[in-house]
Amino acid sequence: VKLLIFSLRTFTKKSTKIDSLLLDKHGDYIAAYGSKKDDYEYTLSEYLRMSGIYWGLTVMDLMSQLPRMNRQEIIDFIKACQHDCGGISASIGHDPHLLYTLSAVQILCLYDSVDALDVDRVVEYVKGLQQEDGSFAGDKWGEIDTRFSFCAVATLALLGKMDTINVDKAVEFVLSCMNFDGGFGCRPGSESHAGQIYCCTGFLSLTGQLHQLNADLLGWWLCERQLPSGGLNGRPEKLPDVCYSWWVLASLKIIGRIHWIDKAKLRMFILACQDEETGGFADRPGDMVDPFHTLFGVAGLSLLGDEQIKAVNPVLCMPEDVLQRIGLQPDLLS
Amino acid sequence: CFIFSALSQYCGFAVRKPTPVCLCFRDRKEWADLEPVRQDDGPNPVVKIAYSEKFSDVYDYFRALLKNDEKSERAFALTADAIELNAANYTVWHYRRVLLQALSKDLREEMRYITAIIEEQPKNYQVWHHRRMVVEWLNDPSEELEFIADILSQDAKNYHAWQHRQWVIQEYKLWDDELEFVENLLEEDVRNNSAWNQRHFVISHTTGFSDAAIVEREIQYCLNQIKKAPHNESAWNYLKGMLQDRGMSSQPGLLERVLELKETHCSPYLLAFLFDCYEDALENSVQRENAEEDERKETLKKALEICELLAQEKDTIRKEYWQFLGRSLKNRFVTGGSSDEPDVAESSGKQESN
Repeated sequence: VKLLIFSLRTFTKKSTKIDSLLLDKHGDYIAAYGSKKDDYEYTLSEYLRMSGIYWGLTVMDLMSQLPRMNRQEIIDFIKACQHDCGGISASIGHDPHLLYTLSAVQILCLYDSVDALDVDRVVEYVKGLQQEDGSFAGDKWGEIDTRFSFCAVATLALLGKMDTINVDKAVEFVLSCMNFDGGFGCRPGSESHAGQIYCCTGFLSLTGQLHQLNADLLGWWLCERQLPSGGLNGRPEKLPDVCYSWWVLASLKIIGRIHWIDKAKLRMFILACQDEETGGFADRPGDMVDPFHTLFGVAGLSLLGDEQIKAVNPVLCMPEDVLQRIGLQPDLLS
Repeated sequence: CFIFSALSQYCGFAVRKPTPVCLCFRDRKEWADLEPVRQDDGPNPVVKIAYSEKFSDVYDYFRALLKNDEKSERAFALTADAIELNAANYTVWHYRRVLLQALSKDLREEMRYITAIIEEQPKNYQVWHHRRMVVEWLNDPSEELEFIADILSQDAKNYHAWQHRQWVIQEYKLWDDELEFVENLLEEDVRNNSAWNQRHFVISHTTGFSDAAIVEREIQYCLNQIKKAPHNESAWNYLKGMLQDRGMSSQPGLLERVLELKETHCSPYLLAFLFDCYEDALENSVQRENAEEDERKETLKKALEICELLAQEKDTIRKEYWQFLGRSLKNRFVTGGSSDEPDVAESSGKQESN
């Protein structure tokens, strides 16, 4: 019933449905983010600041507006976030973590400034988090999750240092998280979830192991995420959310089955998640916007072929031209 | 704040405060030895940030404690304040764990604390990871199943709660009552995908799916649930997931039961499952030497009709997928150019754009 009400709401809400892409508004939104007076939300999200910066910069670059951001300050900020152990924290005074290590490396790749880091120490940090069973902990406290397997190989791939970890064991662990429906969860046995599936297909791409997937079975599970509204959910019987336009769509692109989605309907859903007044995208039409959903809305539209947006790489969620410059072209299935 | 404004009445002078002021750490005598550390947003902070007064007070002192690596009771108490303001701040949780160990704090009390926090904020990685660490340190899972059940009663699909539950059960071998727990949840909401996943988890780690009696029991269970709610992705996924390795057509009578269900409880999922049955039958018939050619053609025709029905009518949003299935079936099973099967209509413009 919730789903039905939601579908009706989407198309009968009081404001007119937004059907064009408001790129300038989104650029203004991101450029101004964090400098507005009511910044409680900004403060509260300090524990993920590095990822927040990555989301903002990436979407600006995709919209060809990267020069509006402050390159040197960000590079200096990242330098201040690298700890002695080599890992990078979300912000100054926070502890290092794989999530923010990846975000930092992604940012520095956008800016072609990886040398701002002690790269060898970053590699040591990542390597040190691999467990005996091949999995990766997020930090020294030991939480295991396939998200961290992805963060580890993505970081190393961007730095050209994949050979420093035990790739075979890492692959073995990720494959042990494959479920009866062809999807992946965070640990063996965990429910299949689109976010985890993105991490695992991205991981398998970067390690050259996409052939281990059952692409038809997984592709079917993924295209089943599309609801009558055109939006995508993350697992069966849940509501759609614009960020799944990325997790699901990028996964489909990686396994060569993106055409199994009704693209026109998805595009309509994503566009409806924009906020005409503030700029930015929300998780679903009418909700509050944030940089996270803004990136994934724009990136999703890029994957759907919108020519006003730069091409985005489905494995790393970075502009393709940045990866071309680095010389990194992860596998995709056809 | 309450204390300060109350005192001012007794002191006899009017203290003009527009709103009650929080008894901040910076105003407390016992914290006077510590220099609070202001938020540092980098060498050249561009953005002016407005914080709530209490938030900046607590976090200024948290940063001071971290900087001095202070391991004290007051530090421990402050982590609770910091967590209350922002339970997603993983650095605060790290520090709290360091203090729990350095000060040999009462872990039972910590369990009560983390229980309360999770009840308030159940969708947060840090709180669940913290709980796991405390359970491990205590080596006592006795409260877990009941606690998680309570959290699930508020949101039966909480992903963190389910991961924690799987960890506890596997680590401490608490399998015995879990299937019953799953069934109760499915009684409440037969579409709870997490519960279906848990069902698979429990069975695969206990009896396994190789016993024919178990498989039959599960098929019966699925079909019963489907009768209650036909449009149930999870139930059909579970059924297919369980049978796909051994082959759909390996189950005698299953096809007939599904065909019967089709009359009254049809859905795109049922049709997809039928397709899988036909496809499996075709694959098997290729191996049987004396397979009936007519029977094969009939099966193929029915399978292709299903694809057509789904693509054109029952599940048009996924028509690309259904047409793909139809094409690939034809490619595999139509022998040497004979094409008296109906053509599945091809859509134009299906090329993916980059």
